Amino acid sequence: MTEQPLPILEVRSLRKTFGTFNALNGVDLTVAPQELVFIIGPSGSGKSTLLRCLNRLEQPTSGSIFVDGIDLLSRKTNINLMRRRIGMVFQSLNLYPHMTARANVTLALRKVLKMSRAEANTIATAALERVGLADKAGSYPAELSGGQQQRVAIARAIALEPKIMLFDEPTSSLDPELAGSVLAVMRKLRDSGMTMVVVSHEMRFAREAADRIMFMENGTIAEEGTPEIIFGPNANTRTRVFVAEIVR
Amino acid sequence: MSGWSLFIDTFFRPDLVAQYLPAILKAVTITVQVAVLIVATGLASGLMLAVARSFGLRAVNLCIIIFADVFRTLPPLVLVLLVYFGLPNVGLTLPSFAVLWLVLSVVLSAFAEEILWAGILSVRRGQWEAARSTGLNFVQTLAYVVLPQAIRLTIPPLTNRSIVITKNVALGSVIGVPEILNVATTAQSFVGNCTPLTLGAICYVVLFIPVVLLGRWVETRFAWGRA
Repeated sequence: MTEQPLPILEVRSLRKTFGTFNALNGVDLTVAPQELVFIIGPSGSGKSTLLRCLNRLEQPTSGSIFVDGIDLLSRKTNINLMRRRIGMVFQSLNLYPHMTARANVTLALRKVLKMSRAEANTIATAALERVGLADKAGSYPAELSGGQQQRVAIARAIALEPKIMLFDEPTSSLDPELAGSVLAVMRKLRDSGMTMVVVSHEMRFAREAADRIMFMENGTIAEEGTPEIIFGPNANTRTRVFVAEIVR
Repeated sequence: MSGWSLFIDTFFRPDLVAQYLPAILKAVTITVQVAVLIVATGLASGLMLAVARSFGLRAVNLCIIIFADVFRTLPPLVLVLLVYFGLPNVGLTLPSFAVLWLVLSVVLSAFAEEILWAGILSVRRGQWEAARSTGLNFVQTLAYVVLPQAIRLTIPPLTNRSIVITKNVALGSVIGVPEILNVATTAQSFVGNCTPLTLGAICYVVLFIPVVLLGRWVETRFAWGRA
């Protein structure tokens, strides 16, 4: 019997309410090392809220989150040190417009990890190389395309050597031809063994790259399985209707 | 005497220009010194107030809002007179320079706080979230990500306010600060001619050219566009 590796992420009965609205209604989720978990579902189903709870950009109402064995919701946990272990990429890109691509990557290295400028620059160069933008290190975000900006945002996250990467609709604000370059970087990242949780409507990418797909609806995970199951003829009706709607 | 030469005779008599230019230039240096002090103090304390406000402590913010509203509303002249002639009654006598500096700094800080606060609010929430998601704490996010953008956005209104407050240095004339307006009006009543006042006016224009240019330069210096 092979030993099960310890999960990188373990979420139990996670709830989040905004006023009287239940955004998350008891979500359980376990992600093993090097796994790529894809979350799909209609808008308002709680996908983004779930992702934002995973690094406490949203404070969950109840439940538990363990990242790499550490209780994320404990008062004793230094959330700022944990966040560096949880990379996040946003739909709205969110690069710092007053800084070059290089400075975007080095800011947290220098201020959170207290690296020297030279050290941070070396790591930034390597990270920008991994996303294919080493030659754009000196460019400001306004001088880059949306796809390039999103790849810098990925470099900013991976430079901190996260245990897990969260992607919140990373290609939704990009033109299809720019989205391709971002997906290519994500695929490379996956091949290098990065653990990833991706919220996205990129169904082709999900089919090719995901280990597991979760279909969320009304704040719960309504169905989960391999791409073969979710995209197959035996998926439950609601999932099939949603997938057909997106792929159409 | 033709109309034009009458105008020159009243507002720009060469002999009076020669006579009063040195005194007015001396007044210019005083105006500049007081103005630089006021702008530095006012902008710095306005920035501190805006930063304090961003921590979101209800009691502190209420005080800041009341402070800003009161000092933006009251005419600076009233404040100058109140502090200069009123405070000695409770045993606090301040020199006229100190009164002018204090009052105008406080007024500028009230405006600067509101302007910078608006700048902080206009930085999108995603900027905060991106910075926090990399492990930067609240203060680091404010200092390295939000404030640089907020300040860049608010340079034009802050420049405007600095010009307005510098012009208000003329209020020093009512409490005996020998700044431009005071020296010019004194000379004017002495010689019964407007030439000293014209000189003063020209000095104000010359004075503000570098301020405006500096503002423009700082704007282009940080022109990284808006992504």
